[in-house]
Amino acid sequence: MEQILNRIKDKIEIKISTKKRDDLYFFTVEKEQIEFILSYLKEQENFTHLAFMQAVDYLEDGKFQLTYMLYNYKIHINLGVNVLIDRKKAEMFSMHKLWPHIWQYQREIHELFGINFPGSPRVNESFVLEGWEEIPPMRRDFDTLEYSEKTFYQRPGRSTNDPKEYMKEKMYKNYADTPTIRREK
Amino acid sequence: MKKKDINEIEKQMKLANEGLPEKERALFSDARPSSVAPLNKYLEGFLNWARSRSMWMLAFGTGCGATELRPLMTSRFDMSRFGIAPRPTPRQAAIFVVGGYASIKTIKRIVRSYEEMQGPKYVIALGSCTINGGMYYDSYYTINRLDYYIPVDIYIAGCMPRPEALIAGFNRLKEKIRAGECEGMNKYTDNFDWYKKNQKQIIKDWNMPDYNW
Repeated sequence: MEQILNRIKDKIEIKISTKKRDDLYFFTVEKEQIEFILSYLKEQENFTHLAFMQAVDYLEDGKFQLTYMLYNYKIHINLGVNVLIDRKKAEMFSMHKLWPHIWQYQREIHELFGINFPGSPRVNESFVLEGWEEIPPMRRDFDTLEYSEKTFYQRPGRSTNDPKEYMKEKMYKNYADTPTIRREK
Repeated sequence: MKKKDINEIEKQMKLANEGLPEKERALFSDARPSSVAPLNKYLEGFLNWARSRSMWMLAFGTGCGATELRPLMTSRFDMSRFGIAPRPTPRQAAIFVVGGYASIKTIKRIVRSYEEMQGPKYVIALGSCTINGGMYYDSYYTINRLDYYIPVDIYIAGCMPRPEALIAGFNRLKEKIRAGECEGMNKYTDNFDWYKKNQKQIIKDWNMPDYNW
C-alpha cells in the first residue's frame, strides 16, 4: 500500500493521509483532482469496487466532506478518498461513468444533505423523504427536535432521568459513591 | 327538504380526491365512508364471538417490531393456537399490526392499507414508538402518536415487546371484541374529517384518493 501511496504522491498532492488499520487507509485530495484520482485508482491500481459514498457536515468549518470508499480485491485493502467541498456552493462532479451504481448514493446525498450532482441520472427523484419542504434534514443546522415538536403531536407525560443519579438511586443506595471504572496507570 | 337541496348537500359531502390528476378522478369513488350500526343484541353477540375466534392478521411489517411476529408465527409461540393467521392482502385481513416506528412514507401506506381492509377491522400498535414516539421522539420523519392518524384498539408497550406480550395483547383484543368494545372503524368514519386533516398535515405529496376502497 505504501508503494501505491507513493505512486499517487508522485502524480498529485495529497493533503492528509492516515492509516487506521492494516487494511484501511484514508487520504484527502482537492476537489479538482477527484475525477483523475478515482479513475486512476480504478483502472491502474485495481480499486475496482466502490463500497459506498458518504457525506459528513462540518458546520464549524463551513465544509462538506465526501468519502468515496474503494476496495481492492487483489490486495484486500479498503481505501477512503476524502474530498472537502464548500458548504455554501455545495456541488460535486458526478462519478456515474466510473461506477454506474453511484447514482443511488448521489441521489441519497442530494436529498439528505442538499449537495448537487449535475448530470447524475435520476438525482432529483425522492429517495426516502416524500414531499419534503424544509432544508435537508441531515444538515446540522436543521433542528430535528423543534421540527418534531412542531409537526407531530406529543403525548404528555414523557420524562427522562440522569443515568448516574438514577443508578445511584436504584442500585447503589447503600454505597457512599457510585462505582466508577478504575483504570490502571 | 326539497330535492334540489339534498342534491347540493350530497355534492358538498362528496370527496374532492384532490391528490389525483383531473382525468383520473372519475375512476375512483368519491363517496364518504359510512358507519355501521350494530345489529340486535343477540345476533351481534354471536357475530362478535365468531370474529374473536378468527383473527386474520395483515402480514405487513412496518418497522423493526415486525421481527417479533416471526417467532410468534413459528413453532415456539405458534399463534395459530389462538386462532390468529397471517393473510397476504389487506382485503382478506381483519387485524392490522403496526410494528414499531412509522415514518411519514410508511404512514401513507398504512393509511392506504387500513382503508382497503374490509370491516370489521382492528388495529394493534406494538412498541413504544407508536405510543409516544419512543426513542424516535425527536426524529424529523417518524410520527409520535399513531392514534392521530388511524384508530388504535390495543397498544402493546415495550421496545420491543416479546412474543408473550404480543399474545397477551391479542388475548386482550379478543376479550374486547367479544364485549363489543372495538368500534375503531366507526370511530374512523365518524371523525373522518379530523383524521384526514391530521394525515394531510404530514403527508405533503398526497397522490392517492381521499378514501381508498
